[in-house]
Amino acid sequence: MELDQRSQFEQATLPHLDAAYNLARWLTRDVHAAEDVVQEAYVRAARYFGSFRGGDGKAWLLGVVRRASCDWLTKQRAQPAALPDDVPDRGDESSNPEVLAIRKCDVALVRQALEELPPLLREVVVLRELEGLSYQAIAAVTEAPLGTVMSRLSRGRRQLQRRLAPDRVGGEA
Amino acid sequence: MRCQDVLPLLHPYADRELDVVRHVEVETHLRGCAVCAEREGRLRSLRAAVSAPALYHQAPAGLRVRVRSAVLPAARRRRPSRHLVAVAAAVVLLVGASAAVGIILSRAGVSPDDRLAERVVASHVRSLQVDHLTDVASSDRHTVKPWFRGKLDFSPPVPDLAPQGYPLAGGRLDYLTDRPVAALVYHRRLHAINLFTWPADGDGDTPPRALARHGFNVRIWQRAGMTFWAVSDLNDEEFDEFVRLYRERAAVPGP
Repeated sequence: MELDQRSQFEQATLPHLDAAYNLARWLTRDVHAAEDVVQEAYVRAARYFGSFRGGDGKAWLLGVVRRASCDWLTKQRAQPAALPDDVPDRGDESSNPEVLAIRKCDVALVRQALEELPPLLREVVVLRELEGLSYQAIAAVTEAPLGTVMSRLSRGRRQLQRRLAPDRVGGEA
Repeated sequence: MRCQDVLPLLHPYADRELDVVRHVEVETHLRGCAVCAEREGRLRSLRAAVSAPALYHQAPAGLRVRVRSAVLPAARRRRPSRHLVAVAAAVVLLVGASAAVGIILSRAGVSPDDRLAERVVASHVRSLQVDHLTDVASSDRHTVKPWFRGKLDFSPPVPDLAPQGYPLAGGRLDYLTDRPVAALVYHRRLHAINLFTWPADGDGDTPPRALARHGFNVRIWQRAGMTFWAVSDLNDEEFDEFVRLYRERAAVPGP
């Protein structure tokens, strides 16, 4: 890599180091693995930087991070690609207004609920709520059609609501 | 708009992903429908909870340095021929360069020591570069020495040189001359010293010899059936002092 190309690479990717780590950490759920995965992702990204055609460097990098995370999960035999979407989806939630109290939920509870989401739902929620990516960018990162992104996002949120709300209202939400 | 039309649009509405016309339509519906408004409120509170800054994992402090140094060799592999010419002076390229030099030197009929020097220096550089200086990180010789047990068929001397200003940083397994060797890592201020050791071919003791490769100093000696190669970017004076101290202390059986 020439020096100017290297500096282009660093300008395009290093500002997104936090985003890369955040995604790797949420996907691997492991402090050390997340660092290794990010390093591996940057090495791959540098190798394939020639294929990057400008534009959204963040989405491009996060796509590489996601694949590196999936490879790590596969090695751990954690069934990353399977979608054990086991919580039965019963359509919309009840209209109990107490559910609004989620806002006051302990951060730890939210973290646990998010960590327990199936990976494919977890990643879209993280990319949307913590990285603020658009649907289009999430579709690019996860290599999924826009409609799939939207349905995963709403399913992910509904599962979170079901996990977080019952404790608050002391019953089925 | 009826409730069943609004329902599938609620998430894209909250995410501001609808076109203006439909956004306004949903907005209007929500103003007039308590049930949908309450659903939207719940969605909003969930989003607030999930986007809490405390849930964001910031990259740890050392990761940037680690990533930047890891990227260099990967970039080099991509187009090796041009890099060797372009950045041959850069220390970080020594790994690749030394391999090339090694081939040239062997054709020129240089001694095995010279070839080994290239590999030792390359190994030293690599250990600094990929942030893999030590497999066992400890300043305690009683931790480092036993660590090699079971991994090697010999036991390297690990004297404590911290009082003299050369604290032990740890050890790792390395691979040289087609065999696993022990690499001890000592520090002098910010300089790392890699000390490679493995059983010698003969029994004879030889005093330290000095070599220099690519700006690194190398010291080679043999003692008590072991070969020692030390490499560092430390200045000659302090490096010689380190070698003298190591040889003195290594000869004395530790407690």
